[in-house]
Amino acid sequence: MKLTVWTYEGPPHVGAMRVATAMKGLHYVLHAPQGDTYADLLFTMIERRNHRPPVTYTTFQARDLGSDTATLFKQSCQEAVDRFDPQAIIVGASCTAELIQDDPAGLAETMGLSIPVIPLELPSYQRKENFGADETFYQIVKNLAQPQDRTARVTCNILGPTALGFRHRDDVEEITGLLSDLGIDVNVVAPLGATPADIARLPAAHFNVLLSPETGESAARWLEKTHSQPFTKIVPIGVGATRDFIAEVATITGLPCKPDESRLRMPWWSRSVDSTYLTGKRVFIFGDGTHVAAHARIARDEMGFEVVGIGCYNREMARPIRALAKEYGVEALISDDYLEVEQTIEALSPEMILGTQMERHIGKRLGIPCAVISAPVHVQDYPARYSPQVGFEGANVIFDTLIHPLVMGLEEHLLTMFRDDFEFHDDAGPSHHGGKAKARVDDVETPTPQPQDDNIIWLSDAEKELKKIPFFVRGKARRNTETFAMEKGLHEISLDTLYEAKAHYAR
Amino acid sequence: MNAPLTPANGGCRDAPVLKERGQREVFCGLTGIIWLHRKMQDAFFLVVGSRTCAHLLQSAAGVMIFAEPRFGTAILEESDLAGLADAHEELDREVSRLLARRPDIRQLFLVGSCPSEVIKIDLARAAERLSQVHAPHVRVLNYSGSGIETTFTQGEDACLASMVPVLKDTTDRELLVVGALPDVVEDQMLGLLAELGIGPVRLLPARRIDDTTAVGPNTVFALTQPFLGDTHAALERRGARHIAAPFPFGDEGTTAWLRAIATEFGVSEATFETVTAAPRARARKAIAQASEALRGKSVFFFPDSQLEIPLARFLTRECGMTAVEVGSPYIHDALHGPDLDLLPAGPQISEGQDVDKQLERARATRPDLTVCGLGLANPLEAEGLSTKWAIELVFTPVHFYEQAGDLAGLFSRPLRRKTVLQLEAAE
Repeated sequence: MKLTVWTYEGPPHVGAMRVATAMKGLHYVLHAPQGDTYADLLFTMIERRNHRPPVTYTTFQARDLGSDTATLFKQSCQEAVDRFDPQAIIVGASCTAELIQDDPAGLAETMGLSIPVIPLELPSYQRKENFGADETFYQIVKNLAQPQDRTARVTCNILGPTALGFRHRDDVEEITGLLSDLGIDVNVVAPLGATPADIARLPAAHFNVLLSPETGESAARWLEKTHSQPFTKIVPIGVGATRDFIAEVATITGLPCKPDESRLRMPWWSRSVDSTYLTGKRVFIFGDGTHVAAHARIARDEMGFEVVGIGCYNREMARPIRALAKEYGVEALISDDYLEVEQTIEALSPEMILGTQMERHIGKRLGIPCAVISAPVHVQDYPARYSPQVGFEGANVIFDTLIHPLVMGLEEHLLTMFRDDFEFHDDAGPSHHGGKAKARVDDVETPTPQPQDDNIIWLSDAEKELKKIPFFVRGKARRNTETFAMEKGLHEISLDTLYEAKAHYAR
Repeated sequence: MNAPLTPANGGCRDAPVLKERGQREVFCGLTGIIWLHRKMQDAFFLVVGSRTCAHLLQSAAGVMIFAEPRFGTAILEESDLAGLADAHEELDREVSRLLARRPDIRQLFLVGSCPSEVIKIDLARAAERLSQVHAPHVRVLNYSGSGIETTFTQGEDACLASMVPVLKDTTDRELLVVGALPDVVEDQMLGLLAELGIGPVRLLPARRIDDTTAVGPNTVFALTQPFLGDTHAALERRGARHIAAPFPFGDEGTTAWLRAIATEFGVSEATFETVTAAPRARARKAIAQASEALRGKSVFFFPDSQLEIPLARFLTRECGMTAVEVGSPYIHDALHGPDLDLLPAGPQISEGQDVDKQLERARATRPDLTVCGLGLANPLEAEGLSTKWAIELVFTPVHFYEQAGDLAGLFSRPLRRKTVLQLEAAE
């Protein structure tokens, strides 16, 4: 038993729903009690979908438990097939139905339906949403893909995008354009937009582009093994990763692969002098493994940030994220405990967080700006505008995303120069973010946080000076000074200690 | 005088009810925690359940309330199910940890879920044991919010019903008002009752555990929410008597609700008129303005919160709408009867749900406004129907005179929006 306040991932059957909802002509019969239908609103509200997810819930109640929930399942299954006329169905159980052990798979098989019935075994008490999506997609591919000849032209499939994915809608469009630029047609995109008949055609492609390893890797590996389709290992998020991805595609296909980079603005935006202020900003990165790995590279190599910590909530990606952390010389945090993530951020006191909607709230509480780079998603993560993460346009979009939460370059200087100004001061926050500017409140003693070491005290002059430092670097200044004092064996921090520490850490 | 008149064509109390069972597009009772944990400021709600329960609470909260919420889920894991771990020991450990971290918590609710009920974790026993351990600082109660037992607002009912047996005894003649209301609305209601000279007034749920809510044979109680059937029964078992009345929505509902209480306490007609005249006039004016877009329009209610019958009464009698179908998860005559008496005959009254069949009926009648849950609203909008998502009716202050205009506004806004948006090219 584990106490959880907020969760990064839903249960595995929600992952299966993400696959079912992404597809067309597929129906999901889910053995579940009333209440589990809440999951429909993830799609109709958060993602603003204009159709109900293709899911039939058997809706058993307490009084059914003693009698015959199995018959209820068969009845619901038959009604769903009659009403929605799908090309195939997937059947499974939610957490409660798993406990009553009705075996939906076995029951559906005995019904003699004329369409493929794909059973799902998703252990609700061990695994989570991403596993559910990956496993469901794998089962669908394994059950439906048919051996066949390759297409005459070089084609690929795009694997992994689902409903409720982080920018999957636009990523598919962007990568399709990029591939077309390279002379490669897309055979099937799946699961997003695919029908069971399309899934059958997957083996006609020459290779697979694995767009979202979290939800598509098992299927990609199976297709590689069974149908000899190689798949791409690099997810093209960021300028460098996109160029590496293109090189990888060239190797797989033997095509020259010369992309059109005329729309790629990110490198110049990052080199232009206005961006100098980004140099060495300390960032903490947290999210799903794929986005975290991509953003670590973007942060360090393309934005010039300093990465002070990375982590992911999906254990499936623990190994690559740990390896990456080693390369960056930081600790990896593998956890889906929201409070643990918050503690880590508080301890590292970064100047910026690249995270999920959860870290956005942590940042709000701690006064640290946050850019959202990964699921779990919120209605804000479904913008009306075109906003991909992959490819060259994705790189442009990410540049904007990462600088938006920050106080901009010149504003940062002005805050430092005129820090006693009554309306242009720390607590006013970035000027482009709306919200009513707060007037400076004088003579309010804000409680001083405890130093890291009980043996260190701040002398009043030094403490006063610390408060004059702009809020977005104050935490760092405090930490650095205390660390400096500890190293020097000092027990008091004076004004001089503060500035000696500043000189020590100057870069 | 001014008593609501029964409709000329008869009400709906004896109308045939279409009872359906099938797929239900409703939340389970855990959802009530979203508002109960804000209402009871020293309470913590610990769901004993699965990852699905935690995910539901997070998703239903819509915008997550990220001040550390006073609710959480003790997620059952494989070891709990396989019997490798003693669920009760695990629960004790998690509760001790929680209470150590949150000394402000004075009442703890252990909330049962579908999985905890299927594997039969005895939360009543756990609550008793934990109460002994943590008394007197913390009181531990339990109730079920599971989807196999409860629908959406029934979670609040189960929670309040669990509190009734532990309320202090009293032999005083007191009015107990039952149902969680937003604080601002509750204060308005207390103001009106005070002006009528009715008191002392006690509340369930009280904002804090130390408040003086008690119950006994001389207690009379009024319900502010139409989904409190079990609480109603529990209070009657303690000897309290229910004051039946329409629910306080709109001018007419509020007046009828107050009048029933005033009559019980022997308030004079003159006093009643003096106290209610001004807010009634304001409510009527506000409703008249806000309901302009609703007059002559038809409305279809999918079952959601059990507020459907009183709201249909308000929309038909005070806003000029026609009800096509009024669906409710459950219909309870002692609670809904007075509103059904006033609801003009005509609409199909339905109880329970088979969502696909009900959708077919909605599509066939194409109502001007469909009141439904979040899972259905956007899909129906995409089919060209106007919708009002029902959960907002539970999360918004809508009771009593001063909110009557806002209540009408909640229904008229989707219709007004449709006329305001001009997305076609100018000719």
